Amino acid sequence: MREFDAIVIGAGMSGLAAAIRLGMYEKKVCLLEKHTITGGLNSYYSRGKRRLDVGLHALTNYMEKGERGKPLAKLLKQLRLPYDSLELSPQKQSRILFPEKELVFTNDIEFLTEEIAKNFPTQVDGFLKLLTKVREFDEVNLDNEFLPAKDVVRHFIQDEMLLEMIFCPLLIYGSALEDDMDFSQFVIMFKSLYLEGFGRPEGGVRRILNLLEGKLKELGVEIEFKKSVTEILTQNNIVTGVKLESGEVIHAPLVFSSMGLPETLNKVFPAIHHQTPIGRMSFTETLYFFSQKPADMGLNDTIIFANQAPQYAYRRPDSLFQKESAVICLPNNFTHDDQSEGVIRLTHIANYDAWKALEKTEYKAQKENLHNYDFDYLNQLIQRLAPAKNAVQKTDLAFKDLFTPTTVERYTWHLGGCVYGSPEKTRRGLTPIKNLIIIGTDQGFLGIVGAMLSGISMANLYGLQGETV
Amino acid sequence: MQPTEVRQIVLDIIADIALDDDVTKIDDSIALRDQLDLDSMDFLDIVMELKKQHKVEVPQEDYPKLATMESCVTYLTPKFQALQ
Repeated sequence: MREFDAIVIGAGMSGLAAAIRLGMYEKKVCLLEKHTITGGLNSYYSRGKRRLDVGLHALTNYMEKGERGKPLAKLLKQLRLPYDSLELSPQKQSRILFPEKELVFTNDIEFLTEEIAKNFPTQVDGFLKLLTKVREFDEVNLDNEFLPAKDVVRHFIQDEMLLEMIFCPLLIYGSALEDDMDFSQFVIMFKSLYLEGFGRPEGGVRRILNLLEGKLKELGVEIEFKKSVTEILTQNNIVTGVKLESGEVIHAPLVFSSMGLPETLNKVFPAIHHQTPIGRMSFTETLYFFSQKPADMGLNDTIIFANQAPQYAYRRPDSLFQKESAVICLPNNFTHDDQSEGVIRLTHIANYDAWKALEKTEYKAQKENLHNYDFDYLNQLIQRLAPAKNAVQKTDLAFKDLFTPTTVERYTWHLGGCVYGSPEKTRRGLTPIKNLIIIGTDQGFLGIVGAMLSGISMANLYGLQGETV
Repeated sequence: MQPTEVRQIVLDIIADIALDDDVTKIDDSIALRDQLDLDSMDFLDIVMELKKQHKVEVPQEDYPKLATMESCVTYLTPKFQALQ
């Protein structure tokens, strides 16, 4: 029987980061991954000779080299990665596009402030006060209580449309809650998107994963692929190890799980009954590859947060996917374009149960419908943003692929294909089982940078500083 | 072990953590935190590196003694000498 100091379940961003930290200080660590590759919710695949990213639209928390006290800098130092290894290029500009108003933002908050002054002149003073509130808030304090963010923000922003426009990117890039989010998470997202901004590591998500995998190799920590944990073993409510699908039992006095909170508790043996809700937020994504670049089509934004309805509904739709809103990611439109083809990714909020209920042929037909809908959506966007440009034709498409909530579930094993985890977070990483620690999205730090910081801080707290739980 | 050697050891550790900072220009009398991008997580790493690389232990109540390079050297030199 193998014995370790710690077991880390899942080689996504949080698991990789946690294993690196433990390995750095000579803990004997066992890193288990069910899939054949790393990344978890931020991974990649190959189709038709192309390499496609899933998850990551952009790396948030952009910073220039040498900027101090930034979350990304913290992360890089903790993992001993030099800034230049990311080969990060900043976004050009992104756009929040509502029926009657639009706001453009860049990695410089002054730009958004001026946009708000121009489009919502009565609201700009409130926005500036909100900025001060956000800057002064300690969002990563593990003891923060849940606070509905919209209630807090309404003290500063009275115009509901502006409020929704500000919330739209923050919700769709990380909220497990529908229509609102916890204020601490609002601040995490506000800082990472608006105060710091978007960047793209050269080569996308694989650059980050390669760096993390390289670090593990240096430390002599092996990633054990195709290792599926079927049971988390306990004795008197204390974790003792895990049992794998193969029947192998691995022992360790400390287990970090990035499976998600409900998913983790489902594996605990003897079974514990814990009322943790499964998240409802999942997505479809359509990936288009064109021979022409988005700029040739008149699309110069990096990311467009589009909403065609009078109100922005960040919630699971009754239909397969929410038609009115979409996030359109244009990875060519970072300062440095690292791709030879034009790539356009369209993401909609989607209903897992509705997709799951489809028979195979119907599922295929609905994916085709989604493609047709998204192609029209793209042309409507071109018409609105660049009326002088011609519509794109389906014959211009070099390649396309689509994924749905059931695809997310199939490759990440997150229940309900949910991408941002359970609405219930465990900020200290604690579970009803002693020394069974939650890392990743259900610990409550959001985004890729948040996920890695989650793995780092939980590994530090429980693995290295020996905090007892 | 001489104070200059202890200084070099601490400097090497800091250089490994603050990869993007220039550690050659450290003013020994000014708080490290004010010159480099080091936060409490990084100071814990300095402590853990001292233990891992040199078996020198710094108890939590002594963390303030690592504030400047000067205070690091003053505090750590007897500890290194005690090892020999």
